[in-house]
Amino acid sequence: MSFDAAYKKQAFKSVGTRPLRPDGVDKVTGRARYGADFNMPGQLVARVLRSPHAHARIKRIDTARAEAVRGVKAIITAADLPDLTNGDAALFAILDNCMARTKARYDGHAVAAVAAIDEKAAKEALGLIEVDYEVLPHVVDVDAAMQPDAPILDETVFTTGVEPAPKAPSNVANRSEFGHGDIEAGFAQADIIVERSFKTEQAHQGYIEPHACVASCNPDGTADLWVCTQGHFVYRQNCADLLGLEVSKLRVTSSEIGGGFGGKTHVWAEPVALALSRKAGRPVKLVMSREEVFRASGPTSATSIDVKIGARKDGKITAASATLRYTNGPYGDMWAELGAMTSFACYDLENVKTVGFEVLVNRPKVSAYRAPSAPMAAFAVESAIDELAQEIGMDAVELRIQNAASEGTRSSYGPVYGPIGIGPTLEAAKAHPHMSAPLGRNQGRGMACGFWFNFGGQTCTDLNINSDGTVTLAVGTVDVGGSRASLSLIAAEELGIDYQDIKAVIADTATLGYNDMTDGSRGTFSSSMATISAARNAIEVMRKRAALTWDIPLEDVQWKDGHAHAAGTKYGNLAPLSVKDIAAKSGNTGGPIAGHSELVADGAGVSFATHICDVEVDPETGSTRVVRYTVIQDAGKAVHPSYVEGQYQGGAAQGIGWALNEEYVYGDDGRLQNPGFLDYRIPVCSDLPMIDTQILEIPNPNHPYGVRGVGETSIVPPLAAIANAVSNAVGVRMAHIPMSPPRILSALNRKTGS
Amino acid sequence: MTSIAVSTTINDDDVEFLCQPDETLLDVLRNRLGLMGAKEGCGTGDCGACSTIMDGRVVCSCLVLGAEAQGRTIETIEGLANGSELHPLQSKFIEHAALQCGICTPGFLMAAKALLDKNPDPTEEEIRYWLAGNLCRCTGYDKIVRAVQAAATEMRGESA
Amino acid sequence: MRYERPETLMDATALLAEASENAFVLAGGTDLLVRMQSDDFKADLVVDIKSIAGMGEVTETEDAFVIGAAVPCAALGEHEALTAAWPGVVEAANLIGSTQVQGRCTVSGNLCNASPAADSVPALVAANAKVRIAGPGGTREAAVLDIPTGPGKTSLAKGEIIESVILPKPTARSGDAYLRFTPRTEMDIAVVGAGVSLSLDDDGVVKSARVALGAVGPKVMLVEDGARALVGTRLEDAALNALAAACSAGSNPIDDKRGTVEFRKQVAGVLARRAAQTAYTRAGEK
Repeated sequence: MSFDAAYKKQAFKSVGTRPLRPDGVDKVTGRARYGADFNMPGQLVARVLRSPHAHARIKRIDTARAEAVRGVKAIITAADLPDLTNGDAALFAILDNCMARTKARYDGHAVAAVAAIDEKAAKEALGLIEVDYEVLPHVVDVDAAMQPDAPILDETVFTTGVEPAPKAPSNVANRSEFGHGDIEAGFAQADIIVERSFKTEQAHQGYIEPHACVASCNPDGTADLWVCTQGHFVYRQNCADLLGLEVSKLRVTSSEIGGGFGGKTHVWAEPVALALSRKAGRPVKLVMSREEVFRASGPTSATSIDVKIGARKDGKITAASATLRYTNGPYGDMWAELGAMTSFACYDLENVKTVGFEVLVNRPKVSAYRAPSAPMAAFAVESAIDELAQEIGMDAVELRIQNAASEGTRSSYGPVYGPIGIGPTLEAAKAHPHMSAPLGRNQGRGMACGFWFNFGGQTCTDLNINSDGTVTLAVGTVDVGGSRASLSLIAAEELGIDYQDIKAVIADTATLGYNDMTDGSRGTFSSSMATISAARNAIEVMRKRAALTWDIPLEDVQWKDGHAHAAGTKYGNLAPLSVKDIAAKSGNTGGPIAGHSELVADGAGVSFATHICDVEVDPETGSTRVVRYTVIQDAGKAVHPSYVEGQYQGGAAQGIGWALNEEYVYGDDGRLQNPGFLDYRIPVCSDLPMIDTQILEIPNPNHPYGVRGVGETSIVPPLAAIANAVSNAVGVRMAHIPMSPPRILSALNRKTGS
Repeated sequence: MTSIAVSTTINDDDVEFLCQPDETLLDVLRNRLGLMGAKEGCGTGDCGACSTIMDGRVVCSCLVLGAEAQGRTIETIEGLANGSELHPLQSKFIEHAALQCGICTPGFLMAAKALLDKNPDPTEEEIRYWLAGNLCRCTGYDKIVRAVQAAATEMRGESA
Repeated sequence: MRYERPETLMDATALLAEASENAFVLAGGTDLLVRMQSDDFKADLVVDIKSIAGMGEVTETEDAFVIGAAVPCAALGEHEALTAAWPGVVEAANLIGSTQVQGRCTVSGNLCNASPAADSVPALVAANAKVRIAGPGGTREAAVLDIPTGPGKTSLAKGEIIESVILPKPTARSGDAYLRFTPRTEMDIAVVGAGVSLSLDDDGVVKSARVALGAVGPKVMLVEDGARALVGTRLEDAALNALAAACSAGSNPIDDKRGTVEFRKQVAGVLARRAAQTAYTRAGEK
């Protein structure tokens, strides 16, 4: 049966309620098993040797002395992970990042790995591996890397996206451009033009669970991988590709995941663990230390952004442009491109142009971080919009409302919008009591908007009706923050049964078809669509079983409120059959009952948010405290509102940390100075106020219940909202994130001339 | 290195184990005793995911040597519930959606228990400062603080 | 690595005196165990002093509080008389790390770790605290100020351990305070720390003062110019400004991942001024 994903307005019974999550008890009793909580018989311990240099040619690696350590069972280098990537640059980047081949490209880059019977032997062996490095000049700063005299990271990289094709290698991997209209003509119509440059420092996702896996390669060519990941099917594909395994022979089980936020969307050390296991002939457990997580896994880009916006005195924006330079780490990707696409997505602009540059630097390979690239672009654009409002003498919300995109607007990155939430979130902000609450001494208020695309993607779900009428729902999108609860609600809604009768599990790669990972805010959006489809398919089966039981034509069986009903009056008073009734007899009516679904969840509705923030700045120390924070965001339809609120609050908190304190600090030697939670300062409980949330529901026309992804957008506005608040509090425009106390105090000193 | 024999009390049970002199209590709990509820988020006392209660004080078990457990009384997340009856903090964390990924939850629960054992009626500020050694990256702490407040109210026998 | 848990000070000092360079005292362990995580760190011997009688106790004598070297900082805050006498010292001790860290860490350990940013040390120096040191040759006393000699270095000889920290009973009409600057509200390392202790005459005029700064030099710093700026005043604006100027001028910080020279010098003055005001209030004025 073809699946109709179109939104249909309906009264919900389960969706929108707040039941207890199914994995709650396991998680409050310590029974839930995360990446490091799994062991196998005969398991070895793995440790990775990492480059102490930001940039160095690897001339020779000698593992002989390390191999002689008693208890050491295998040592691998890049030679044990031969290049099978066939010219696939993205895959090669993942491979080279897992284990450096010719060059160490950042401080912390893996160069060798050991598997041994215990931590002590592994540690001793690590110290005995001899690596002969030729240290090369390095560059970590985004602007410095673009200078003509900058050390070149990769002689094979020639900037793509420019005509004519350059003849010299460059640290700029790609140039991208978006927009429409004629910006020069637009700026000519402007009465006021704001032009400003911004910088943001590199932040880390900061998940509390370090990367961890247990890998087991068997002599018969089969292999198992237990791993914390946002996408076990993607990890299976990555590992199979990099190790030359048949996909069917590698079974990947996703553990409970202790946070990912984009940082667990591709492999880091899992191929290393598999290669060690293959070489040692025993299972291998590999758990990164916190220092390794910071030095060698997933940060976001550091950026340098120029923005120019012109408007008429009446507030109409006539033209807008931005140039965005994003660090990519050592491998070209599309981070600036995403920034260039999202920069002006909130606005309806006649003339707009954005240009993105992907910049290679000697820092860890950039990985996705919650609405990747959008927060930095929003920081720059929303700061400039605020400044524009001040220059025009117009209320900052009013200016945004006047220029907000709406249904039918051609977005700055191309597509024409359907029904969207930017206008409603702005109107809600305008009406919110927070907006008019009085401010105290040294306090300032800021607001900002944010956009994220959201993603759908490949999804596969099984829904099994058990003999007692309870339902097992097997999904393939990893549950990062409560999706088993929301998907159970969806199944309950569609089947018309109790939430308590649904048990959702995350199936491993051997028991379900391929699923894209939980990224792009797609977990609940796409798997709920597949769950609805699977439930409808199961209902079809149950209708047939009812027809069989009653011996009436299928078309006379209707499904309503969780029961099969005989239509009309011609069958007398046939009592409706519940799911339980039908399930109980399934053995005699054709066997097990199940619904399956395989689909590409198209039509993820774009998402918008508006945040309001009050800060208090100590003018003598530059210390900033967030005293009030409000998140207003469109959810399409909030399936489990508590966890939607949680996403809003969590994104805001991450944004607050990034805005105020979080940053990678590099020494002159290109080594990371703060690879730990003490000096990479994510917000602690006493740093934050309660975070108020307001959920708006503008249905997504492309989902049966109107659901949109909610996970990412909440991190987009905070950098700008806080920067605007701080700027309003201290009277100086803050253009460098994080706004750490030394930066604020320094700005205040410049203002007062002291 | 010679192993050290340690006799201790964990969750009201007498426990004996052998450990290396440089082995942390966290590694003993997880690798020798199968008590994997305490998590290692940093290994340096900065995240609180391994919080356990030792002689009534909440500590990071990654900053305690296994050998130091000799003669002490240790409480871990595995002993927080009374059999099949959840501790009010556990129930309130679930009810208030105070966890998303859940990796920090055992540490928060143990730290919060130590707080409520000492101060049954903490203010929001007291809760926030007490829990500042427990990092959560998912929730923004809002629902965690509310869950602790709700558990405190229930434990004092008041209605919410 | 050997782990020893001696029951007497004599045994402890003997163990340390005989040991190699890589021997360490374990009290709260909140610095030592962090260092042990590093692949570069080697320990041959760890001497756990918590089983030595008296090490875990705060004793009040006629003229002093004696804080055993193994008393966790959290216990200081539970000691009412000590908290009433030296609120600044107790606050400083309870700013270290987190609740979990405070349940284990000790002021003696904070001192011996010899970090320039140690929170309790400027407060102890402002309070003119002493330490009793046990060594193979007997015991001696020294000023807290004289223990750290540079980052990670102390004046303790091989085999010596701190037995206790001795805080004199404060005189009438005196007060102390400690403030530090950290980017986060908790769970952080001082970018600047300032401890002030002062005593007043019957008219509210400062009779004597001690001002100490942390994290603005290789070791804790006693700012005598700052103290002089306060003596003979009622903390009028001019006195506070002179204190701040003296502290900024006396600071000798570095640029590092936690702060800049400019920031540290400026904030040293701000914190000293604020701490002085709190100490003055605690001494019974305003």
